[in-house]
Amino acid sequence: MSEGSRERIFSRLHAASRQTSTPDSQPPGLPILEYSRKEKIEKLKTLMEAMRTEVYICSVKNWENNLAEILRQRNVKSLLYAPQTDIGQALENYWENASGQALQLIPYENDIEQFKETVFNVDAGITSAAGAIAETGALILWPSEKEPRLMSIVPSIHIAVLKADTIHNTLLDAMQKENWPERIPTNIVLVSGPSKTADIEMTLAFGVHGPKALIVLILED
Amino acid sequence: MTIHQQVDFDDNVSRALNDSQLIKNTKAAMGTLVAKRKAIFPDETEIEQLRTLGNALKQKALSKLPQLLEQLEEKCIQNGIKVHWAETTSEANHQVLDIMRSHGATSLVKGKSMVSEEMELNAFLQKNGIEALETDLGEFIIQLNHEKPTHIIVPAIHKNKDQISKIFHEKIPNTPYTEDVAELTAIARKILRKKFNEAEIGLSGVNFAVAETGTLCLVENEGNGRMCTTVPGVHIALMGLEKVVEKLEDLPPLLRLLTGSATGQLITTYVNMITTARKQGEKDGPKEVHLIILDNGRSQIFADPDRRQTLQCIRCGTCLSHCPVYNRIGGHAYGYTYPGPIGKILNPQVEGLKAAGVLATASSLCNSCEEVCPVKIQIPDLIRRIRNESYSKDPASTMEGHGYKRNLLETLTWKVWEKINTYPVINAVGLKILSVLGIKLPQIGPLKNWTRYRATPELAPKSLHELVKHHGVDHE
Repeated sequence: MSEGSRERIFSRLHAASRQTSTPDSQPPGLPILEYSRKEKIEKLKTLMEAMRTEVYICSVKNWENNLAEILRQRNVKSLLYAPQTDIGQALENYWENASGQALQLIPYENDIEQFKETVFNVDAGITSAAGAIAETGALILWPSEKEPRLMSIVPSIHIAVLKADTIHNTLLDAMQKENWPERIPTNIVLVSGPSKTADIEMTLAFGVHGPKALIVLILED
Repeated sequence: MTIHQQVDFDDNVSRALNDSQLIKNTKAAMGTLVAKRKAIFPDETEIEQLRTLGNALKQKALSKLPQLLEQLEEKCIQNGIKVHWAETTSEANHQVLDIMRSHGATSLVKGKSMVSEEMELNAFLQKNGIEALETDLGEFIIQLNHEKPTHIIVPAIHKNKDQISKIFHEKIPNTPYTEDVAELTAIARKILRKKFNEAEIGLSGVNFAVAETGTLCLVENEGNGRMCTTVPGVHIALMGLEKVVEKLEDLPPLLRLLTGSATGQLITTYVNMITTARKQGEKDGPKEVHLIILDNGRSQIFADPDRRQTLQCIRCGTCLSHCPVYNRIGGHAYGYTYPGPIGKILNPQVEGLKAAGVLATASSLCNSCEEVCPVKIQIPDLIRRIRNESYSKDPASTMEGHGYKRNLLETLTWKVWEKINTYPVINAVGLKILSVLGIKLPQIGPLKNWTRYRATPELAPKSLHELVKHHGVDHE
């Protein structure tokens, strides 16, 4: 059924496109923006906070302390993490030595088919952000074998750890500098805040399906 | 092609005009959307440049549409995505059903997809014993109330908070009445999370499909789209064949235009780019991804050089929000999937003039839609084209149902009009008689309808022509 349809659709399209000319040269693209390192951090922070994201600037040496404090304040009892990543290693080391905090670290080690209930019932999930976009205020999530996709969407709190040096000026910048067309993975997600909706009377409500809270730790050297 | 019940547009409009609650809700929401768009595009020169760019990118994509679709298909197959081609909505519906049956699945969670509305997929699946659950909050609300979306972007905006509170209370078992938006949202969240957890198959639309990489790009704020495309083991994506763009680098300006025009956002909460099914070693994501590419009249539209620009549409809905007619009648009155200005040109081209050509009459040709369109579709020109073709018996016409409105009375009227205006003597004598007798327009037929809501024009004793002759022209 589909094969015949495909042929007929293409024969109509090819017949029609023989009469067309190629359009004139393309108009100029989006304006090129160059921010300083400091400006990028500031802009990202301001824009994401305006979308009700919590942003903390931390030191790469002891960000785990900040995390522990945030988790304590929010009374997070269980944290889903990716054990094979740098972040995962750091968390394991930190909590091995940390005493007195009742936090259950849950490694994402199984396929989702055996793991769904855990993912849907955990308090929070922590992932890396592969980068960010200063201009529009968004994280770039780049899930992988080690760091599965659902960690950043199912748990009610998503914590993302971002290195300050990986913030790009614009989305186009990120695509070009990181060579997205060649390296594109299974899934990339840009995230600018916690889940929200304005479907009822244009009134903003947060946490409709995905995370109710998005917490970003920006790591500075 | 979908068989629509015959739409009585006049009746729909009368009913909508008398529904003060509907008009109030619609106007309030459209006012907000218009203001938000204006705030995000404050610089006239910049938005003009951006629209020019958006127009060029979509024109570029259309200029090589078959090649890009072939490239997209090839890339998708390489990436492990199964590609299906559907000429009609019925074929697309059966493709969804076949996929569902091949998995023995009886339920489906749906992200927002206007193509699925075009297909009337929910009704089709229901007839075949499959539950299709809308998960976008707006779509969820109207599905509870057995309605169709009233706006491309904010589907339940014709309902206010009180009405929605009532729907939740009445349609969801054991739900106490609440008018608190946060509480209403929490109720929906609880129900839908359970459904996401259990769903075997998820369905979504596509905002842009990138030929270069085979990437499906979806924008959303709620996260239900990410849930539908990541939790279930199977993902079905639906797209109209005009959604393809050439390169990943084409996305940034198009995304800016889409989110800015649609909801006045710099960027949506999520921009989801899906390129492959779950790869070996990955722990989640659907193992099977299907892409259904729908024609449903689009290749016919593509064949006409002027009408082709209809396919540039990125479904931002801003022409609806800015339309004075839409603001006064809401989306349901149009009776077809796509309401507002874009619907006035799209539905008649897809469904034929006889069925949907009447929609093109619902325009004051004020040009608001064209002024805000992010890809510069000349909607008013196409409305005029549809109006003209409704009377045209020209065999060269490419529009299905052209000439359906042609009738003897109108043909004669225009013939007389033509004569009066080509012979100055007849014109002068005719005007003289009219002005002396002061004849008012007779209250019959279309004139009766026209004058029902408008003051009857009265003829001046002297025509402009005569005044100019006597007084000359003042040059200021």
